[in-house]
Amino acid sequence: MKRSPFWNFMFYVFVACILIESIFPFYYAIITSFKSGTDLFNISYWPTSFSLENYRQVLFDGNGSFLQNLWNSLWVSTWTVAVALTLGTTASYALARVRFRGRGLLLMTILAVSMFPQVAVLAGLFETVNSLGLYNTDWSLIFSYTIFTLPFTVWVLTTFMRDLPIELEEAAIVDGASPWIIVTRIFLPLMWPALVTTGLLAFIAAWNEYLYALTFTASSQANRTVPVGIALLSGSTAHEIPWGLIMAASVIVTVPLIFLVLIFQRKIIAGLTAGGVKG
Amino acid sequence: MSSVPENGTPIRNELFAGRVRSAWLFLTPMIVTLLIVAAWPLSRSIWFSFSDASLGHFRDAQFYGIKNYFKTITMDSGAIHHFGVLVDPAWWNAVYNTFRFGIVSVTLETVLGLAVALVLNANFKGRGFVRAAILIPWAIPTVVSAKIWGWMLNDQLGIFNDILLRLHIISEKIAWTADSNYSMFTIVMVDTWKTLPFMALLILAGLQQIPGDVYEAAEVDGVHPLSVFWNITLPLVRPALMVAVIFRMLDALRIFDLVYILTPNSSQTKTMAVISRENMFDFDKLGYGSAESTVLFLILLITVIAYIKIGRVNLEGNN
Repeated sequence: MKRSPFWNFMFYVFVACILIESIFPFYYAIITSFKSGTDLFNISYWPTSFSLENYRQVLFDGNGSFLQNLWNSLWVSTWTVAVALTLGTTASYALARVRFRGRGLLLMTILAVSMFPQVAVLAGLFETVNSLGLYNTDWSLIFSYTIFTLPFTVWVLTTFMRDLPIELEEAAIVDGASPWIIVTRIFLPLMWPALVTTGLLAFIAAWNEYLYALTFTASSQANRTVPVGIALLSGSTAHEIPWGLIMAASVIVTVPLIFLVLIFQRKIIAGLTAGGVKG
Repeated sequence: MSSVPENGTPIRNELFAGRVRSAWLFLTPMIVTLLIVAAWPLSRSIWFSFSDASLGHFRDAQFYGIKNYFKTITMDSGAIHHFGVLVDPAWWNAVYNTFRFGIVSVTLETVLGLAVALVLNANFKGRGFVRAAILIPWAIPTVVSAKIWGWMLNDQLGIFNDILLRLHIISEKIAWTADSNYSMFTIVMVDTWKTLPFMALLILAGLQQIPGDVYEAAEVDGVHPLSVFWNITLPLVRPALMVAVIFRMLDALRIFDLVYILTPNSSQTKTMAVISRENMFDFDKLGYGSAESTVLFLILLITVIAYIKIGRVNLEGNN
């Protein structure tokens, strides 16, 4: 549509506002992370110093516990994704391609579980995790994250799989292929974009999770994931909040995510909007 | 769909039955896993809410009736006192806070999300770049964004006060997170910042479903742009909007991390999830906290069902 020069100008002003609003806080975290000592107390809008002191401290002081936290997060998120994708692929084939009694109800239940308030199962999970001897281990988190990653994965994969053409399958059925063969030989090769998308979203969800991580691993510094590590990061004295360190840790944790998001932008948007939004 | 059970030959029926059998076989691992990780803990949480469980004593917790929810104690003086979640002012304050937060933030996110989506739906130079950039707040972990904003909103050293002072919007520095007059505003602002991308992209996906010729026809007929928005865009994007709102609302009503980190001590922002976890693990009242989390679960369930019924939302995405 045509716009008058004035509205065209206003349009770009609005676009600029959106850009600044989206980028500025993280930009500010980055320039803060390069400030050390009393530099921190001077508010500045542009990078004024370039000191890696905060990064050195956060990574290598404190017995390398932050590196350990990073590793824990990576380990937990990877396993969570693996579990969700393995169980989710076959389940979503059944939900998307086979008509059976109770399918609609099952789908709605899965959707309901994916929107579950996490705190509603917290006490029960605490008991289960303790009974299984998983308290203060990475497995307590892989176990509990499955609550939200598995139903979400099944839901999104089902939407993807529903859109694949019927002909693919019909030919295989005529040839007498078993459902297992159909899933592994025909659908899986076509599914990898969907698997990448859901895997990424599940990974980010697990990487960011805080409530369960705080409850099941906070008491042991070596077993924390990064969100808990950052939340509990303390300075040399009790009353001083180490903003420089916190910002350095924040940048370290977020930069990989931002790269992932920018590289897989289209896939992530497709995954976020899959399920529900299709008219 | 692929299988047609009716009017089929015996062979077809057999094939169909075989497919259904293997479908259940495929579903079993997922269903069993969900029963273990979700259904079982949920049922245990509900059981704890009817017990005297505490952190050191939950395996042998005793049945306690509905005392966590409601109990009456008669004092020696004859005065009658009521206790329990259902008459706990702190709990109802949290319910009020949660809904106030949910309604205000989701409304704000929907309006702003719609505006951003309309911009991204227009053709302009650098659209791809803007679309990538708005994903940044979404990609930042909530804990990290709470910390970044905590720093920006710091009363003495924060850049937020500095900007507002320079623009003469405020005349003295404000303690955004500590001052109870501003803590709710702060939480809403940071949450909106964080979830706006999600909302905008969901609505954008809805906008892109609208066929272009609808707009062309309106333009040929010389319909005013505002009228086009109100009479064409809005009704057509409504289904996507309704789904986006319910997803966001459910997310907002269970908010925990942002509040717990940014304004941990403010009774103005304490939400249902925060207060029930606090009772479970900080005050060692696992049973009482479970009663609160169970009520939260019921409140959310009722909200969703009411919303889906009233709004006639089609969640399955097929007609």
